[in-house]
Amino acid sequence: MEDKKQPLFSPTNLKLLTKPLGKNNPITVQVLGICSALAVTVKLEPAFVMAVSVTIVVALSNLFISLLRTTIPPRIRMIVQLMIVAFLVIIVDQILQAFVYDISKKLSIFVGLIITNCIVMGRLEAFAMANKPWQSFLDGLGNGAGYGVILLIVAFFRELIGSGTLWGYQVVPQEFYDAGYVNNGMFILPPMALIIVGVIIWIQRARNKELVEKN
Amino acid sequence: MLRKFLDRIKPNFQKGGKLHFLHSTFDAFETFLHVPNKVTTTGAHIRDSFDSKRAMSIVVIALIPALLFGMWNVGYQHFLSHGVTADFWQIFFYGLWKVLPIIVVSYVTGLGIEFAVAQIRGHEVNEGFLVTGMLIPLLCPPDVPLWMVATATAFAVIIGKEVFGGTGMNVWNPALIARAFLFFAYPSQMSGDNVWVSKGADAYSGATPLAQLGAGNIDITSAQDMFIGLIPGSIGETSKIAILLGAIILLWTGVASFRIMLSVVIGGLSMGWLLNLVGGENVFMHIPAYQHLLMGGFMFGAVFMATDPVTASQTGTGKWIYGFLIGVIAVLIRVFNPAYPEGMMLSILLMNTFAPLIDHYVINANKKRRLKRAKNALQQTI
Repeated sequence: MEDKKQPLFSPTNLKLLTKPLGKNNPITVQVLGICSALAVTVKLEPAFVMAVSVTIVVALSNLFISLLRTTIPPRIRMIVQLMIVAFLVIIVDQILQAFVYDISKKLSIFVGLIITNCIVMGRLEAFAMANKPWQSFLDGLGNGAGYGVILLIVAFFRELIGSGTLWGYQVVPQEFYDAGYVNNGMFILPPMALIIVGVIIWIQRARNKELVEKN
Repeated sequence: MLRKFLDRIKPNFQKGGKLHFLHSTFDAFETFLHVPNKVTTTGAHIRDSFDSKRAMSIVVIALIPALLFGMWNVGYQHFLSHGVTADFWQIFFYGLWKVLPIIVVSYVTGLGIEFAVAQIRGHEVNEGFLVTGMLIPLLCPPDVPLWMVATATAFAVIIGKEVFGGTGMNVWNPALIARAFLFFAYPSQMSGDNVWVSKGADAYSGATPLAQLGAGNIDITSAQDMFIGLIPGSIGETSKIAILLGAIILLWTGVASFRIMLSVVIGGLSMGWLLNLVGGENVFMHIPAYQHLLMGGFMFGAVFMATDPVTASQTGTGKWIYGFLIGVIAVLIRVFNPAYPEGMMLSILLMNTFAPLIDHYVINANKKRRLKRAKNALQQTI
């Protein structure tokens, strides 16, 4: 794979993009980045912004580290990786504050904490240090998207059942409330995000038996 | 006659019969109606077929005093709030009419899911829900909307039990999961001053004694009323007399562990007493320790929830530790966190989580002790 010239979107490259969406999902299979999945999924909008931010950071840091991978001395590679990730996170944070200030406030500390998101360092160590820039970039995009998909699914259920809204718009009609329906406060609390992630993992493994761990 | 009917339709459900796919449903009904006729063929024979189904039935019987009193008390609180005098049957039927739908909903939802899961997995229907289905209504306030009961029951059975492998494998008490779900999901229907009296009059404050204390009101209901149960509260928790009756049934038949019940009470009393000594701004710190036992769901939890054999500690010493900590933590939560007036639910769930850990250390300690003894004996013989 190292030497052969490949078209930009060859099947192997495409797989890098699509695998993290399903079989190698960072949250449900690799079980990385759970903390932010619990924290920012109360509403769809911040979850979406978070997903995009993480995708950008993972993809670009993968790209830069992969470009530098032969020049970084192995003993200080963590520090170099952190520098690049921190730099990207600060840029993303500044952009969010400049253009979508409200959401930036809602996400608060969690944008800054992207740097500690296990997905970023995990992909750098596991993939970017050993692969070419283009592949690394695709891998970053794929993992960011896989993370984002789970975030959006969780946020969808949490916002719909917990607040009766989607993307801030009222979805559950007023007649329901008049008839005695009440928003489920449990869905606003973080434990419910954990349970939803658990259910997603359950469904995914029930459909795809090869993911089930043997013990 | 029933036996004949079952025997006649039985071939349909056995292998090859046309209704074989429903065999676990059939099996559940058959063994529920009749004692299983399976006989142990090898190994030690224990003649008395004391299976979990019978243990569950005894718990349900032990719950009946609390249930009946709860029904009456729902009616009593209702008429009291309106200042209307009513005779005994009027009161009782008002309560019956309130409580019965909750029980039906809880059983239909829970058993429906249990049967469906048993069919999918192809194993027998477990009887675990018999008790859970009765406990859930007893933990609810009388006016709880029925769809909330259904949601909470479904959540408890699926997430609290089936995910872990069904009856006997669950980490937490399913009834308490349902209660906790209701408490966190629908706080306005599950706490506050207006939910505990069924259709109370507008200006009538139906605060439970716990809530009154939380609001800094020292002038609470007399201990006698709390003991008899003439206070607002969840359906099954108010009367300590009815709960004690249930406790006697459970202990007499040996279904529940006296160690747990006793140690929960000791834990609650000692923590209450300790806080009395410390004193402070908090009114909770000044009430006599025994009043903690009379308020809220403490007794109900100690007798019916903490003793659940599946989720409690299994070892003798472990049971003492487990129960004692439930009592201590329940009182702690009550006193120091006014947002959660009912600490009993949370403390039992918390200790459910730790029960296996307690067992682990108790067993390890026992191993060490016996190894040491064996070594000493060996040295002496040499």
